[in-house]
Amino acid sequence: MDSVYAALVEIVGQDYVSTRTEELFTYSKDLGTSEPQWPDYVAAPATAEEVSRIVQMANEKNVAVVPLGGGLSLAGLALPLKGGIELDLKRMNQILELNEKGRYVVVEAGTSHGKLTAHLHKHAPHLMHSEPGAPPAATIGGNLAIHGQGDLGHPYGFNSDMVSGMEVVLPTGEVCRFGSCALGNSWYTLHPLPDVSMFMGWSGSTGIITKVSLRLFPCKKIQEQDAFVVEDEELVPDILYELTHVGMAEDMMVVSQEIPPPFNRLHYILINISGDSRKELEFKRQLMFDDRLSKYIQDGTGGIGAGGQEVPRPVVSKTSDWRKGGGFEYVGAIMPVTTYPECYKSGVEISGRHGIPYTTLGRVLGSGHSMMFSWTFAFNRADEETVRHARQALHETDEKVLELGGTLWKPAVFGQKLLMDRMDDGTLQMMQKVKHMLDPNGIMNPGNWEVA
Amino acid sequence: MFELQFDESKCHACVTRDCLTRCQYMDLDAQAAGIEMEKIISGQDSRVLHECRTCYACEEYCPTGNHPFYLIVKRQEELGITPLPDPIIRQGIQVGVPFRGDPEITEINGPVLNMGVFSPLARLAQGKLFEDLTRISTDSRKMHHFFCQLMYLHFARTSVINQRLPGVIETISAYKPTEVVHFHDECYGTYTSYAPAFGIEVPFRSIHLFEHLYNRLTELREEIRPVNYKVAYQRPCSSRLSPDAHAYVDKIFDLIGAEHVSRRYVDENALCCGSTIVSQKQEGSRRFCLELQEENIEDMKQAGAELCIFNCPACMQTMGKQVAENGIMPIWMSDLCRMAIGETPA
Repeated sequence: MDSVYAALVEIVGQDYVSTRTEELFTYSKDLGTSEPQWPDYVAAPATAEEVSRIVQMANEKNVAVVPLGGGLSLAGLALPLKGGIELDLKRMNQILELNEKGRYVVVEAGTSHGKLTAHLHKHAPHLMHSEPGAPPAATIGGNLAIHGQGDLGHPYGFNSDMVSGMEVVLPTGEVCRFGSCALGNSWYTLHPLPDVSMFMGWSGSTGIITKVSLRLFPCKKIQEQDAFVVEDEELVPDILYELTHVGMAEDMMVVSQEIPPPFNRLHYILINISGDSRKELEFKRQLMFDDRLSKYIQDGTGGIGAGGQEVPRPVVSKTSDWRKGGGFEYVGAIMPVTTYPECYKSGVEISGRHGIPYTTLGRVLGSGHSMMFSWTFAFNRADEETVRHARQALHETDEKVLELGGTLWKPAVFGQKLLMDRMDDGTLQMMQKVKHMLDPNGIMNPGNWEVA
Repeated sequence: MFELQFDESKCHACVTRDCLTRCQYMDLDAQAAGIEMEKIISGQDSRVLHECRTCYACEEYCPTGNHPFYLIVKRQEELGITPLPDPIIRQGIQVGVPFRGDPEITEINGPVLNMGVFSPLARLAQGKLFEDLTRISTDSRKMHHFFCQLMYLHFARTSVINQRLPGVIETISAYKPTEVVHFHDECYGTYTSYAPAFGIEVPFRSIHLFEHLYNRLTELREEIRPVNYKVAYQRPCSSRLSPDAHAYVDKIFDLIGAEHVSRRYVDENALCCGSTIVSQKQEGSRRFCLELQEENIEDMKQAGAELCIFNCPACMQTMGKQVAENGIMPIWMSDLCRMAIGETPA
């Protein structure tokens, strides 16, 4: 028997290891345009201790380890570019502690956002976490590994800004904790100890996140979505400035897409608001629409497109696939809000050149400190020509992002190289040192964030 | 292109000027109304073109059936005086663009139920009350081919209606219906009021949903058990185009044992649901709309209504939740009728 396989069986048990072709096939693909990449093994550990033993064994045998959450990044970030062990963390899905008064929850990193949402609805309906636009199967750990954002992005920023503690298995097998939990205290804060947490945004190439304490926030009784619509993209940054000044929204996104027709060449500023009463909601609406946006309404350049709609969760993934064949992938980038007009126009231009109906979306992060802007390209999985066009459009968009002064979010390898080509030498060298210090044998998700 | 058949002499001879003096949203006496109407007729700017809430009611108030509302909308478009912001108009116009292929049409040669642009609500048209009708426009991907376009009266865009409507009529006619029951008041108003007013030929016979429901309930009279609810009715704007059909509301309520509560905002005095008012350019429109809805619902409550009956999806969408939060159950007219014959509401 293969010694790696035997070791994996010994660690996680026979039921949770596989080298069967049909199962490796499943793990060789993600939902985007990436070419299949086959792992040699799939293993599904149940504990941090099992994860630790696997990476120690992998170091000994010099086998790559690729951690996998929900597998929904679309950018091939959890595909085994150099083979090895695909480490499926979805068995590590226990909700370990819910501290209602302290407003945090401790979960295993393979816990899905959908499971956490359901748990909170049942056990702490007055609390919520920031759920990303991905399907509910997206995991907490996976989302942090890519610096994800969610539906509390406007008041609180990135989801990775909402962490109160973390446990990580280092590439060499040590289990480390960060924040108050490192002192044996409860998991209530990540600060103020020295900052040595170098795992978020690394796509699993510096360690495997195994436990997370997430901040929870008030969940009001009524949650509704309003839409403010403009035709001139140049107005969007100013309107977002007005709305973020008021600070009444939980989430703000700007959507424009060719299909369906009502969205074509228009910009829908979707504003999620919540309140424990109609009075509270109306107070917020008065401040936003009557005080800050009335000038646009009266001069006819902006209007209330919808009010009091139910808030669909999650939203982003549902709006993308308007083409036969069920495929889409997007470039996400963190952009200055002021670049919205250029981002939109480039999306229309690039999509048009590749015969793809354009789909763009901007989500406000913080008080307008930045926005996540996505350019989505749909393709037909059964039509290689449309896949090729989508792939090319993605690459062109990566380059456009950098031209506009943006920062690629969860970039695929192509985009990672673009970023590192532009990174200042000092930062690049530090990344290299961090990577070599933590992962001396280069076994963790190799191919990603590799400094040349 | 089609032209509004408007008889100026009728207006010149009018003494009461009901179209504007009875308006619930503008305050004009007969003299002022006459002056403003003359301006509108002659193609000049008028405060009415700016202040109109597009509730359609003046179509009903006009004692001579001279289509004052269609004229107001036509002038708004000609003079570029739009009640709604430009992006909302563009959004609205694009709503009606079909984008998922053409409908598959087979000849029916019998009565049909036209769901119009509300295919997702086809579940409301089920049971004994609808069993003899073949439904058309049941595929939400293709429903825009059946969209009557009348909504654009709120958008100062008779040109869009006139451009698209002949194609919609052609689509429905292709089914070879012997008669068309329209699910929505708006469709019925389009084919029985708007199209004739603009000289657009409609080759099929239209029947209002309420007339159909009343006739079927009459046929099923033996099965009716009085519902014994006190009900209010939210009259939609497009019902103003077919006041004759509105008479069926009370006839249906009487037949099924529903008590239509006595209240201020009923029949010709009905208040608009506010679905477009909320977005209008006039200063304070959003707040005005809310106050309008609150006044309307308070009137229902004071009258002791247990249910609020809707027929228009836009009214239901706009006011349904608010009505429910005030302790009055929102319910579709078709569901109420189905309850009366022992069926379970959709």
